[in-house]
Amino acid sequence: MNDTAPLLQLIDACAGYTKPVVGPVSLEIWPGEILGLRGSNGVGKTTLLRLVTGGAQLFGGELRRAPGLTVAHHRQQPERPPELPLTGRELLGLAGVVGGVLPERLGVLATRCLDEMSGGEFQLLHAWACLAGPARLVLLDEPTNNLDQDAIELLIAGLAGLQADRAVLIVSHEAAFLEATCHRTVPLCP
Amino acid sequence: MSLSLALDPMFRMPLFTGLALAAALPLLGAGLRLREQWFSSLGVAQMAAAGGVAGALLHGPVMLFALLGALFGGAARALTGRTRNEHYAVMLLGGWAAVMLLAMVGHHADVVALQLLNGQLYFTTWPHLLGALLLLVALLVTGPWLKRRLLLARLFPDHFVANRQPVWPHELCFELLIVGGVVLGISTMGVMATFAMLVVPPWVAFRLTRGAAVALAASAALGVLAYGLAFIGALALDLPFGPALVAMLMLLLPLRLLGLRLGAVRG
Repeated sequence: MNDTAPLLQLIDACAGYTKPVVGPVSLEIWPGEILGLRGSNGVGKTTLLRLVTGGAQLFGGELRRAPGLTVAHHRQQPERPPELPLTGRELLGLAGVVGGVLPERLGVLATRCLDEMSGGEFQLLHAWACLAGPARLVLLDEPTNNLDQDAIELLIAGLAGLQADRAVLIVSHEAAFLEATCHRTVPLCP
Repeated sequence: MSLSLALDPMFRMPLFTGLALAAALPLLGAGLRLREQWFSSLGVAQMAAAGGVAGALLHGPVMLFALLGALFGGAARALTGRTRNEHYAVMLLGGWAAVMLLAMVGHHADVVALQLLNGQLYFTTWPHLLGALLLLVALLVTGPWLKRRLLLARLFPDHFVANRQPVWPHELCFELLIVGGVVLGISTMGVMATFAMLVVPPWVAFRLTRGAAVALAASAALGVLAYGLAFIGALALDLPFGPALVAMLMLLLPLRLLGLRLGAVRG
């Protein structure tokens, strides 16, 4: 929160696909901030993230991005081809994660092919790739899905080490995870 | 005997044309496999064949019309949004029906249809060799850029749109390479042999390797190996080349059951 302008601003934004499904919502995310979006199933949390990525449409209000903003998006169910000989290390490289020492658990995954990982392992690696990459704004959609407690702790530690010029927007239905990671949360109501 | 026959000047042009395609088509197939669009290649091949036969009927250049047919198939694939196997089946069935019906209209069209469906590798000409070499060079030049963008699009599907980056450069490049590869493939090896070269080597290589570069190298190596053996075998046993190549590629499939993965493990 050491910058003079937010990375992202939503002003009375209404988002959806063929018609609005969420909004109006107003929020802003500042550098260094971890912001949580909470709300019941179907309230439109994921749609709001997709509005930021360009996957959903803006039906009203405004969406303002900082000039040159780079975005990494971890989907609720990350895409994984059924058979792909790409290693975890290569996935991290693809996301722009270069150098640095990986936590032990991720170091093991780095040598394995994506199709040799369990759903939870791939989920963790993909979320980590977004988090450790260079994007200034990271969107994490239900990043704790399929994760065991150790993996969740690892993710919390990763989020705690966020650089001051970056920000994270998290959608999660796990109140404890949002409590442990976010500087503040925004409720979405139906 | 058959090896020396394969190197006979009469067979050099087909040999080297096929060799270039045997390296290039599996690399393209790896991209299709990554995008889970491998089935589409048969649809595009049939559309290209239909274009070629239409060209024969109109007394136009077969290669050019085949290219137009493939481009039409590729455009239809690109414009129908999130394509599914049903789209590819329509291209395949429509293309096949068009080939067979157009072939009934004239003798020359009938001959061309037979050549495109079954292959005519031993009758390849300079344009085929030049096209195959150009395709291979284009793949090698654009490969690293294309590989990274196709992988990003597959594993981080929102990356380009979320970062305001256009997707058309890699989509267009990949589509043109596929169209070029398919047209050259069907006009030399035939429809089914081209389809097999696009599908089987990467299918085997993806199961046997660790790492993208190793997988691509293995795909090309398997394609070249099967091609070489089929070329020699077809000459030695006086077999039609297309079916011999497909049969040789089928023999690679049990390699998937080996249960081992080749490639460096780096921490």
